[in-house]
Amino acid sequence: MTLTPTRAPASPAPARARRRRIRRFTRSDIVVVALLLGAPVLLDVLLIWGPTLASIGLSFSSWNGLLNNPPDWVGFRNYQEIFTSYPPFWPALRHNVLWLLFLGLVATPFGLLLAVLLDRQVRFTRFYQTVFYLPVVLSLAIVGFIAQLFYSRDYGIVNSILGNQDNPIDWMGNPRINLWAVLVAVGWRHVGYMMLLYLAGLKAVDPELREAAAIDGANEVQSFFRVVFPTLRPVNVIVLVITVIEALRAFDVVYAINRGRNGLELLSVLVTDNIVGEASLIGYGSAIAVVMLLISVGFIVTYLTQVMREDRG
Amino acid sequence: MVTVPPTTRRTVLRGAGLGAAAFAVPAALVACEKPDSGTGAGGGDTGPVTFGSNYSDAVPKKALAEVLTASGQDVKVNTIDHNTFQENLTRYLQGTPDDVFTWFAGYRMQYFAAQGLAHEISDVWSEIGANFSDAFKAASTGADGKQYFVPFYLYPWAVFYRKSVFDAKGYQIPKTWDDYKALLAKVKADGMAPLAIGNKDGWPAMGTFDYINMRLNGYDFHINLMAGKESWEDAKVKQVFQLWGEILPYYQAGANGRTWQEAAQTLVQKKTAMYVLGMFVGQQFSDADRADLDYFPFPQITEANAQDSVEAPIDGFMLSKAPKNLAGANKLLKYLAGTQAQQAYLKSDPNNIATNSTADTSTYSPLQKKAAELIGGAKHISQFLDRDTSPAFASTVMIPSLQTFLNKPNDVDGLCKSIQAQAKRIFTQ
Amino acid sequence: MSLVAPARRTSPPATGRAGTRRRRHPWRWVATTFLTLVAVGWLIPLVLAVYASLRPYLETAQLGYLSWPRHLSFDYYRRAWTEGQIALHFWDTLLVAVPAVLATLFFASFVAFLISRRRIRGRRVLLIMFTAGNLLPFQIILTPLYITYRNVPLPWWMSWPSERLYDSFWGVILIHVAFQVGFCVFVLANYMDTVPKELIEASIMDGAGVWRQYRQVILPLVRPALGALGTLEFAFIYNDFLWAVILMSTGDKFPITSALNNLRAQFFTDYNLLAAGSILIALPTVLVFLLLQRQFISGLTLGSTKG
Repeated sequence: MTLTPTRAPASPAPARARRRRIRRFTRSDIVVVALLLGAPVLLDVLLIWGPTLASIGLSFSSWNGLLNNPPDWVGFRNYQEIFTSYPPFWPALRHNVLWLLFLGLVATPFGLLLAVLLDRQVRFTRFYQTVFYLPVVLSLAIVGFIAQLFYSRDYGIVNSILGNQDNPIDWMGNPRINLWAVLVAVGWRHVGYMMLLYLAGLKAVDPELREAAAIDGANEVQSFFRVVFPTLRPVNVIVLVITVIEALRAFDVVYAINRGRNGLELLSVLVTDNIVGEASLIGYGSAIAVVMLLISVGFIVTYLTQVMREDRG
Repeated sequence: MVTVPPTTRRTVLRGAGLGAAAFAVPAALVACEKPDSGTGAGGGDTGPVTFGSNYSDAVPKKALAEVLTASGQDVKVNTIDHNTFQENLTRYLQGTPDDVFTWFAGYRMQYFAAQGLAHEISDVWSEIGANFSDAFKAASTGADGKQYFVPFYLYPWAVFYRKSVFDAKGYQIPKTWDDYKALLAKVKADGMAPLAIGNKDGWPAMGTFDYINMRLNGYDFHINLMAGKESWEDAKVKQVFQLWGEILPYYQAGANGRTWQEAAQTLVQKKTAMYVLGMFVGQQFSDADRADLDYFPFPQITEANAQDSVEAPIDGFMLSKAPKNLAGANKLLKYLAGTQAQQAYLKSDPNNIATNSTADTSTYSPLQKKAAELIGGAKHISQFLDRDTSPAFASTVMIPSLQTFLNKPNDVDGLCKSIQAQAKRIFTQ
Repeated sequence: MSLVAPARRTSPPATGRAGTRRRRHPWRWVATTFLTLVAVGWLIPLVLAVYASLRPYLETAQLGYLSWPRHLSFDYYRRAWTEGQIALHFWDTLLVAVPAVLATLFFASFVAFLISRRRIRGRRVLLIMFTAGNLLPFQIILTPLYITYRNVPLPWWMSWPSERLYDSFWGVILIHVAFQVGFCVFVLANYMDTVPKELIEASIMDGAGVWRQYRQVILPLVRPALGALGTLEFAFIYNDFLWAVILMSTGDKFPITSALNNLRAQFFTDYNLLAAGSILIALPTVLVFLLLQRQFISGLTLGSTKG
């Protein structure tokens, strides 16, 4: 590839002029940018945003997914029915919120704690890292099996250990407790992911910062919260966004256990039931997905203002 | 058990190409062979018959492959796991479907036929019809009166028990609902859980609903209810739940936390006495124990309906809307409807029976013989709740509703109201 | 950050890191014990899953999962390998995952470079578009995507027998790339914010075009981050069940995660066999992690304080 070189400045240019020049692209630069930026943008627009807009449209229809049978436009009827006569909807929403609270307040901080401990040059740190990360790479099938292994009422390990064979606890079938049992399994997977992100962030913290704090008389905890944690802000943004994504899209563990029913309802499962499965209630399922979308838009806006603020700074 | 999946041509081709293709991923992405001639563009009646199969686990897959090989036709099988195949059928049939595909009888067949996604096979039926009873023909007929389906095998739902348990305690087979309740009470008094239940996956409890409804209100009412033509707030439906409520105290605890397999294990281990399930319950018994497994038909509730209906889901085959090799596909369907193919297949699975009425029953196990009699004597064959109604209704409404009922059996009015509101939405779509 | 300078001055060389480490000794003992306990807790499920996969189904079904073994064998692994056609489907997985991961990282790093270091106009819109695209519930795009794929023709040598984007590896790769580029742009843009601007400026002074700036300056600097994201993305794409199932209809083309259900029967599932199969297919992702671990840890150095 031949690139037209930008002319080197004849004399040392003032900073502002130099910045201006950086923004300038030569003609061949424009070709490169058009190709390499254009392709992913095109993909994102055609395969993600286009279908999303189409689904928002479909959410105002009643349609069984058959192409020779065009959608019936029904206005806001799907939304009205979801809010009033779809029994699993409100429980699902509640469970997603609980999920977010659990991940945000328990699992993510626990991952941070592990990362902080692992960051202190303990021995066998690679072993610990591997162990904590392992659940992250496991697929749906094996997580479902492990849930069965532990929580099965009649044959499971938890009840065997508790030795309550006369009156075993129905970990997966009792809708009052099964969500908590599932959250333990979810935490098991989430903690390793968060640990890894934080560990990476901590590696970048200048060790002198901490030592300085120690010399100033701050104890371990104080120096962490006063000095280290604030410098983790970029990681915190990433972790926050990922935690929200995980909570909102939470799907596979409940799906592997009982397809997200009987106390394990989640929004993503309801969408899947209506759209992906045989049900083919495309309009109705799309409306639930749009509700999910609106919730994530809330977070997107938060993130957006964050980006704007950083940009100015 | 050693089962080696048949090596397909593609496996061999890919295996050979593995090394070379690793250096040229884009070329390998094709991973296919363009046929030399014939079947290219919607071509005539030559070339292989393509066959979309959900016989995905090792034993049935191998049995089906052997049956298809024995047909003498060139059949190219595309296997997709049972659950995925089922969930994706709408997309599959509108995409690039195979000529022949495996599917279910009844409402589920009629739905796709009515949408123009299946090819009619009335001409096939004019040849094979004599070998099938009217109930099978009805189960293979679309709403337009034409046939779309060839039945292959089926299995009945009933009340399963272990003979040794009944013999030891002197229990009698109950004929009526009152006998049934008396037996359940007696078993409970003997310190055993009378009825097994495992409804974690949501569908197994449907069988009990179907039977109580058919025994109480009759087959026609049941089918109309399933089709959304009757109201779920009808007193007749509420009575079904009330009758069911009468026997709920006799179930083992933990209904919604157990899979059907775990429940079946409690029957195997003699922790429970009876289990309402399909004949596939036998898969949980070791070969030694299977001879001890027996069943009786679901008890009678009203004289009028007696025990005239049997729940026996039928699996079989259909044609996609535009088969590339129509003549070959029709020929294959006729072969699969025949006794030779059906009997050859059933050797692999003793928990089903053939649909062809001329099939030789002398090789059947006692359980299979009994099933054949039960089905032969039935006036109506129902296909199970999730096959007799819209899949949307079965999966998004009935499964959660029945689980709710098992958790909180007292609010029948509220439950029926909620089901009806959702049924209205789905069936008026 | 005024703390840094005095610290450097006042701490004598002898009491450097070694000194602080000695002082924290009791702390470290507590930390090690705690980590060991947690690690054991983390491993137990996996160990027991492996244990169950070595025992026959009827045995665990009768005795419960927590019981002494009567039979132990690798039978289920052998069966999962042949009955699940793992070799065939693993090859399918590679055909999808390798190009998808490479393309994702390539495009995402270039876009992140433009957003973060070249600060092109419209970068906020781009960043938000990509990040928000990753936040969408993926089920929402499913039906329109299916219809689109069904209507896009491809030549037979790219997609047989459908001759469409539907039922082709290309389609599955494209949706993975489209979806994952969002996540990677988000992470990489954050990462590149830590690369000193002066490096790019110097490169521009040297007359480098945008491609050379990316190729010669940015890529070497973010290679650790790319290695890390590559590991994560490989796990994500490898473990994806949905897209292949929705967008393909030829069972032999299904990637391994989607094909594993072939080990289930219509009604009966031999969970121990399924466990053996899923452990078997988890091995590559663990292997990739172990291979790239060192890079991984230094790689996800997001937002360094030194930037």
